[in-house]
Amino acid sequence: MIGLATASDGARETDWLLGSLVGASALVLALVMGLMFIYVIRYRHGSGLDRGSVAQKTWRIEVGWTAATLAVFFGLFIWGANLFIRINLPQDNPLTINVVGKQWMWKIEHPGGEKEINALHIPVGRNVQLLLTSEDVIHDFGLPAFRLKRDVLPGRLEAMWLHADKVGDYRVFCDQFCGTDHSAMIGTVTVMEPADYQAWLERNGASTSLVAAGQALFIRYGCAGCHQAGLSGGGGTVRAPSLNGLFGSPVPLADGTTVTADEKYIHDSILYPKLQVVASYDPVMPSFQSVIAEEDLVRIVAYIKSLDPHAFAAGDRPQ
Amino acid sequence: MSTTTERSLLTLQQRADSYLTDERTIWSWLLTTDHKRIALLYFASITAFFFLGGAAAAVMRLNLVTPEGLLVEHEMYNRLFTMHGVIMVWFFLVPAIPVTLGNFVTPLMLGARDLAFPRVNLTSWYLFIAGGVMALTGLAAGGVDTAWTFYTPLSTGYSHGWMMMVCLGIILSGYSSIATGLNFIVTIHRLRPPGMTWYRLPLFLWSLYATSVIYVLATPVLTMAMILLMFERFFHVGLFDPALGGDPVMFQHLFWFYSHPAVYIMILPGFGVVSEVITAFSRKGIFGYKFIAWSSVSIAVISFFVWGHHMFVAGTSIYSGIAFSLLSFMVSVPSAIKVFNWLATLHKGFIRFNAPMLYILGFIGLFTIGGLTGLFVASLGTDLHLHDTYFVVAHFHYIMVGAMVSAFFAGLHYWWPKITGKMYPEIWGQIAAATIFFGFNMTFAPQFILGYLGMPRRYASYDPGYQVLNVVSSLGAVVLAVAYLMPLIYLTWSLFAGKDAPSNPWEATGLEWQTQSPPRTENFAFTPVITGPPYNYPRPEQRQHV
Amino acid sequence: MSDLVPGEPGAGGYRAAWHSGSDSAAVAEHVGFQYAGIGHQTGTAQAGLWLFLATELLFFGGLFLLYAVDFTRHPGGTLAASRETTLWIGALNSVILLCSSGAYTYGLGLARRGDNRGLFRMVLLTAALGTVFLLLKGYEWYDDIARHLFPGPTFALPAADGGALFWCFYFVATGLHGVHMIIGLVLLAWIGTGARKRRYSSAYYTPVEGVGLYWSFVDMVWITLFPCLYLVGR
Repeated sequence: MIGLATASDGARETDWLLGSLVGASALVLALVMGLMFIYVIRYRHGSGLDRGSVAQKTWRIEVGWTAATLAVFFGLFIWGANLFIRINLPQDNPLTINVVGKQWMWKIEHPGGEKEINALHIPVGRNVQLLLTSEDVIHDFGLPAFRLKRDVLPGRLEAMWLHADKVGDYRVFCDQFCGTDHSAMIGTVTVMEPADYQAWLERNGASTSLVAAGQALFIRYGCAGCHQAGLSGGGGTVRAPSLNGLFGSPVPLADGTTVTADEKYIHDSILYPKLQVVASYDPVMPSFQSVIAEEDLVRIVAYIKSLDPHAFAAGDRPQ
Repeated sequence: MSTTTERSLLTLQQRADSYLTDERTIWSWLLTTDHKRIALLYFASITAFFFLGGAAAAVMRLNLVTPEGLLVEHEMYNRLFTMHGVIMVWFFLVPAIPVTLGNFVTPLMLGARDLAFPRVNLTSWYLFIAGGVMALTGLAAGGVDTAWTFYTPLSTGYSHGWMMMVCLGIILSGYSSIATGLNFIVTIHRLRPPGMTWYRLPLFLWSLYATSVIYVLATPVLTMAMILLMFERFFHVGLFDPALGGDPVMFQHLFWFYSHPAVYIMILPGFGVVSEVITAFSRKGIFGYKFIAWSSVSIAVISFFVWGHHMFVAGTSIYSGIAFSLLSFMVSVPSAIKVFNWLATLHKGFIRFNAPMLYILGFIGLFTIGGLTGLFVASLGTDLHLHDTYFVVAHFHYIMVGAMVSAFFAGLHYWWPKITGKMYPEIWGQIAAATIFFGFNMTFAPQFILGYLGMPRRYASYDPGYQVLNVVSSLGAVVLAVAYLMPLIYLTWSLFAGKDAPSNPWEATGLEWQTQSPPRTENFAFTPVITGPPYNYPRPEQRQHV
Repeated sequence: MSDLVPGEPGAGGYRAAWHSGSDSAAVAEHVGFQYAGIGHQTGTAQAGLWLFLATELLFFGGLFLLYAVDFTRHPGGTLAASRETTLWIGALNSVILLCSSGAYTYGLGLARRGDNRGLFRMVLLTAALGTVFLLLKGYEWYDDIARHLFPGPTFALPAADGGALFWCFYFVATGLHGVHMIIGLVLLAWIGTGARKRRYSSAYYTPVEGVGLYWSFVDMVWITLFPCLYLVGR
């Protein structure tokens, strides 16, 4: 019989909560079934027992058990919510790996451009951010050993955070029904020692890294025609925000709010440019929806992320 | 209580004149407006759908005996669980108790001659049949393989089959529900007899009222979701397809806004049956009448605000997750209160172990397990792990099948003498109740473990390590199937060879027992006047003997 | 055991379960055997109708919610798309529908006075106005589709901006409204036929009231739809 591995601290904490829920449930069930059995036997018709009188002021009992139930449930809610929030908090200095789901396989791409199908190699002890998206229908990247899963949506980038602390092979399941071969959309997460991971990366080296591929696409799709990136780009008749140092910096929007430029912001700005227009710029950027495939988007986003604010010569100023 | 003369008087009356014998042509059945006959029409249809949906489940469980799932192809398996879900949800669980037991018993409990709108009642049956035929045609002809939840963009852009037909069938069944709910609400408001205040209503009617409120307010949103789904599938306009500017998660919101209250539609009438049966077979008044009554209402209200707990990992915000999780914990509180009140009703009662009572005792156990496991998925931290695994499958089957079907059988056996004028064979009722309890636990308890271990739902094939638990579950399904066939056989047998039933075989309180078994078409000869509370059994200290 | 006492129907201040015998013979034939009298039945029918309208509110409500979400997410696109609607038809239709409601209400007043012939004429007028509404709507749809405003591959406006979603809402909402209008016409035919047969009187006009309630509701849906579709963005 299969046992369930525990690959992370988060998994261990989830098991604690689960175990407590099981314990509490067992207690309640024992109480309910126990009382039921005692009552139906003691008070069965023909038992000859003197029943005495029945309680009159019952509302005190009612309020009592209602309050107790509310308190226990509220406590359980707080515990679960707290765990959930902490699991979803962004972690420092993550290794960002892109996952694209499609009927019926998982395509994984590492920052260096290394690709895998239905397999995910990650180093132990390192914060890992998985950026998930789908090419067609809704899938779900499920990792039982980490006690985690997240729906993988088309046209959207979702982030999932991992921190494995045990080397080993763990299952990946697609956990959202996605068509005929949904049950075949499974894979393996291999957690390795950092040295082994490096070795694996070298063995599976890509010809170009994600960033280099992204730069080529940036030029090919004409982004450089309006946006400055690195030393080149922009300078045409259209006034567009420079992308140098964009990633991670605050962006003031036309509606008065300010957002931080994360991967999702960059990804959505390419597909839905009119949703969040930068302050003082005209909303003239065309949408690249249905023009750029999700896999290429991943590379472009990686390239833009890599752009350093100081990567321009003293004489050039961002527009 | 009845003397021999009274008993024979009643049986004479039975043979002479009841709603069953009044008119005997086929048209008198198909065009009837008598709520009792409509209840029987529904009952036949519901039973047929139950066994159809069950047959699909049987094939699924057989297929899951081997990890490779060699019995059927993946595509066929997907169509089977879609068919199982669609039929069981919309054509069995959502209507079940209200349209059969509710239709039959409500006017009787109110001392009324029929529901408020008898023709609307008949129309609702025809809508149900039309919807059922359409859905079955779609499911059988090309099959639909999207699961009963029809998530987009899979259902709108990627799946093949007869989805439109099935969606139309669901829409029609929805209108049938709305008509039924409307009828019950208006009847309970306007057709109560003199003296029957709200706090003198039998608790079955309180639960039917709460159910009807959900029928009436939630179902229209399902209709809209289905219409938009069909529009999108037909025209590909982009409502739910992100490639065309739409949002697939929007469909999930619309769908679950109905489908979550729908599960309370399924269980609330069951709660009502429990209150009726537990008082009759404890020969004791209900403990905490007002709390049980208002807990039904509060469940109906809060149920509208928890739909997001189906979408904790769907890409909704953390804030929405927190809000829905808290509300989901809150909605469990009234159910817990009911269980405590029922236990307190048993305390110092005079318990008899007839079949209806055995079903109810099973209900209490199975519902407690189902309800407690609901907390596991309501909790954000654990739902991350358990979502879309067999744990969820086990949780909802414990409530919908374990609890609700037990309650349905309890009510069926309880009111069988009233409906048919015959007694069922008691020993077989008790054996069936025990077998169902055992078979059910054997089928679904292993699935909690499978879910924790990570086995996803809707998988036609699985990792070999999960096989042992799957085999146990499938064996349990065989026992359960046999157990469900038992009532079919002995209840049918009782129609022909059962003992004639007196008007009040259980010596229970309630207006429905004050008229003959089976009742005359017009139910009562005169309007009763109510002068006391329901469940007016003698208090324990008032009894001289046991 | 609750005491069973043969009771006077209507005793105890609660609605008794059937005929009190106080209705005239002509009216009594319309009263179902589960009601105490015509008053009991009429009140119950009205309760049922209002409850049905509540369900309709939730039905259209879901659709309006979709519109609200779309509008919040893509304000620019929605406004631009709504400027493509044909205002004169929308406005004229609104006037027509309001007049039809007025006509029916006047007819209801006549029915209350027992004037079946007057009722018939008003029902005819209401139905005629309703039909003109549908014809204009049909022409409007034809024109919209010719201008490539039906979302899909040939959609005239940029799709992702919210324009496609707006026009989806437009066609679904006006389509469903149209279906409700057609059902309304059938109900009007039923009332008209009854009026011809002198079925209604000052004592019995429940169906006339009921259909009036329905027709007014359909009107209200249009009144809410009209600004959302035609006025926003102009």
